[in-house]
This record gives sequence, C-alpha cells and structure tokens, in this order.
Amino acid sequence: MVNLAINLNGLILKNPVILASGTAGYGYEYDDFIDVNQLGGVSVKGTTLHNRAGNAYPRMAETPKGMLNAVGLQNKGIDYFIENIYPRLQEYDTTMILNASGSTIDDYVALCEKANELEHIPAIELNVSCPNVKEGGMAFGVSCAGVSEVVKEVRKVYHKHLMVKLSPNVTDIVEIAKAAEAEGADSLSLINTLLGMAINAETQRPVLSTITGGLSGPAIKPVALRMVWQVSNAVNIPIVGMGGIMNTTDAIEFFLAGASAIQIGTANFINPQVSIEIINGIEDYLKKYNYTDIQQIIGKLKTT
Amino acid sequence: MTKTVAKLSISEHKRVNDDHFILTLKKDGVFPEIKPGQFVNVLVEDTDVFLRRPFSIHDADTKQQSFSLLIKAVGKGTKSLQSKKVGDTLDVLFPLGNGYSLQENNKVLLVGGGFGIAPLYYLAKQLKDKVEDIHLLVGARSAKHILLTEKFDGLATVHITTEDESLGEKGYVTNHSILEDDFDKIYTCGPHPMTKALALYALNREISCEVSLENMMACGYGVCLCCVAETKTHENVTTCLQGPVFNAKELQW
Repeated sequence: MVNLAINLNGLILKNPVILASGTAGYGYEYDDFIDVNQLGGVSVKGTTLHNRAGNAYPRMAETPKGMLNAVGLQNKGIDYFIENIYPRLQEYDTTMILNASGSTIDDYVALCEKANELEHIPAIELNVSCPNVKEGGMAFGVSCAGVSEVVKEVRKVYHKHLMVKLSPNVTDIVEIAKAAEAEGADSLSLINTLLGMAINAETQRPVLSTITGGLSGPAIKPVALRMVWQVSNAVNIPIVGMGGIMNTTDAIEFFLAGASAIQIGTANFINPQVSIEIINGIEDYLKKYNYTDIQQIIGKLKTT
Repeated sequence: MTKTVAKLSISEHKRVNDDHFILTLKKDGVFPEIKPGQFVNVLVEDTDVFLRRPFSIHDADTKQQSFSLLIKAVGKGTKSLQSKKVGDTLDVLFPLGNGYSLQENNKVLLVGGGFGIAPLYYLAKQLKDKVEDIHLLVGARSAKHILLTEKFDGLATVHITTEDESLGEKGYVTNHSILEDDFDKIYTCGPHPMTKALALYALNREISCEVSLENMMACGYGVCLCCVAETKTHENVTTCLQGPVFNAKELQW
C-alpha cells in the first residue's frame, strides 16, 4: 500500500491530483467520463463578485504543443454560484476549491467573505494572475505590493485555506511568492498561463478577439517546472504545481521539483479521463520504486 | 445524454473527391442514441496536432453500431485522418451537443453551405417520416465543390447554387429562387456569413429556423468556454453544450 494523501498545510487531499480551474468546469461536467470522487480536488471555474460575460469570440488558438485562451473569467458571479452550483457540489466526496478572482481589492474581499461561509468549500484559490481581464486580476499578481495588498485584505476575511495562484508573467516569481507567504497565504499554486499571442498571416489579423491571451499546455512545462523549483526553495508553505502536465511522468517531475500537489489543466481537453490515469500512474510509480508515501518524492530532485 | 470517450475502429474509409472523405466508425458494446446535428471530438494522434478536432455526424446507424463523418482534408489534423486505414482506431469523444429538433411539418428547407451539408444527410433521414416535403439547398463556389447531393435522392428535392454558375442557379444560397416558397421551418449548417444571412431572412419572414454553428473549441463538453456564441440577452453560451444547434431567434446576429 502506498499513501497518496497529502496534508497541504491543513488542507487534506485524498491524493495530490486536482482539476485546474478553467478546465474543470464545476466538476460535474466530468461525471460522464470519470468518478469525480476519486480526485484529490477540483478547483472550480474562476468566480467573481458579479456576473461577467467574458470576452468576445474567438477565444482560443491552437499553438505548437499548446493553446492560447482568452475566456476572460466568464461566470455568473458568486451569488449565482452559491444558489445554483454550490448545492450540487456538496454531493461530491472530493476537496472543492473555489477559484476567486476580482478587479478591485473591495471585490476580492466581498467575494471571499461570501466564500468563507461555504461549509463544503474548505479552500479558495485566489487568482491574482488572470491575464485575460483588462482591468485587474493579473495587475495585482505582477507586483509584490499588489500581491501583498490583496492577500493581506483577503486574509482578514477568509479564515479557511488560502491558496494564492501566481502569475508567471513577472520578472521574479520568487519575490512575489515570498510576498504572498508573508501576508498569510497557506499555499501557493503556480503557474497560471503565460501571456502570448497568435497571428493569422492570411488575414493579417490576431487570432484572438483580445489580441493576446494565456498560453497553456506542454509548451509551458519547462517554465512551470523552473518556477516551482525556484519557489519551493524559497518559501516554507506548500506548492501546488501546474503547467503542461499531460501524463504521470510530467506529474512526477513536478513533485521532484517541490510541488506537494499538482493540477491538471489543458490535458483534460485532450483526454477527460487523464486525471484518474495520472492518479493511478503516480501510485504505480511509487510502488515500482518501493516508496510507501508520496511525501517521499516531494522536492527530492537530485542536484549533486 | 451520456457522453463517452472510446476507441472506435474505422470500418469504412470512402473517398468523396480529392479533399473530402467519409470515415465510418464502429463501436462495440453500448451504443448511444445519436441525434442529427450532434458532433464528435476526435483525437488526432499526430505530433504536430495538439487539440482534438470536432466533426458533425454525417450519418448514424444504431443497428450497425456505427456512425460516419464527412471530413475535408484541409489542415494537418484532417490530412492525418485522411491517411488512416480501415481497421485503424480513433479515440473519439461522442455524442456531443444538442442536435436539431425533429418536429412534424409540411414543408421544410435544409440549407448547407459547401461542407455544411455534413449533418444534413442524417437530418433528412430522420425527418423523412415527419415531414411531407423536404427541400435541400446547397451552394458552393463551383460544381466540383457541390458534394453528395445524389445521396438525397428519395429524401429531398435538391436545389443548387454555384458562384460561377457551373451548376444550378448563379450566386449564393441566400439568393436562390426556392427561398420565395413558403416553408414551415429552415435548418442550416455552414459558414457564418451564410448562416447569418439565412437566420436574418428567416427571422424577417417569421419562419422557425435552426442554425448549427461551427465555432472553434477545445474541449467539446462545456468546460473550456472557448466556443461561445452571443445570445439576444448578451449572454455567452457554449456551442458545444448548449449548441451547436440554436434557434436563430435566440442569438445575437
């Protein structure tokens, strides 16, 4: 028997595999393909204080080994979520995490106050890194002062597990990570998408309605691994790693780099069952190398 | 309706012309009900192709436990599929989307722009027992781009437009003389400008009209939110889950 359960600074996951926000829907969209209860967790669709229609179509472009998206946090707002979606989520036996986003400090605070009352949601993933919203989101995530301010204010009203999702679109992610930790983040998730763009040479126009968008998929995995490695060496809170994880081998690489848990994002679009395959694959890997606990490989990258 | 991800074997690979072909896929075991207008999302196992490729269902046969896809070999993904052989397997997510509604009517018009004829064959077959008089209107650049109309013999009266007048009436489907007739319902599939023109035509004449959209998507099951269409109430709805078939009067044109 191997132990896959993870204690993420007080947040218990039955295994270290979480569906990433923006690809997870609300979890129930996966019912036809997998037993959602087998997942370590689900980070549900980015939610804001008020309804957001999101950006205009077209919102995606396929790129080499990845894709760009420019959804723009389309969601119906926290009140709609609480009334219409939250009741369905209570039926699942997995850790539901609310991805929370905003464009002002007041919005973040009002949203997280409401989220604090949701008994069956033990954690929020504070999204300070969405690249697809003009008036905010990433603006907080790209400076130490911005991250400090939003985490500090949210910490005052949110008393459960506070995971802060970091943007890779920064000069030094380590400084940002330290700022989030200093203001009371319980864990960090990284990386969000890398800002990118695609051009159609035939029409001489951008492919996305927003011109730029967020790059995800295997194309960003080396960047994500490097950032997880750097941040894990600089902070004392656990890290949830993500960025281009397509299979078990990719997942193991993130654990070795220092991630205590991982999120599966774009890979779900290619194979909606991949998260369960990766959970099984991690167990097989641990058995193969005679480990008894996932903890035994976390941060165990050999550099000498 | 339950969606499945399954490895399906290619039971037939039929050439239509130089760049169009029909793949028939067979599924053992439980076979889901397939409605006309629904689509599939196919994994192209090619290192240069990342996302799945969506195709509307061209025909389905519950007894044979099979369905077919009309594919235009235009990019890396579709060319890779063209090179597949009978007996090869494809990883397919299906059936996706809502499909056309199948009411009883006296006289309906099916309109396909070029490749948009793909879902209309199965639709015509399913409407046969419900509709007295089915008409099919297809348009393309020239005669050689008019596909598969012979399959509609006995199902529908076929009307054709070509831009170069090499077959049927000259021009676009939107100015074919058959549109002067009174129809109880119009069903369309094709490129956005054609769909829009027909939707506006139908709305103007107060004819019930269902359009199938071809928006780009990643997942096919409602989570990526990339394939959205705007509704009259300025809400973005997913083409993959709430569509691909929409009542024309519900969308913002």
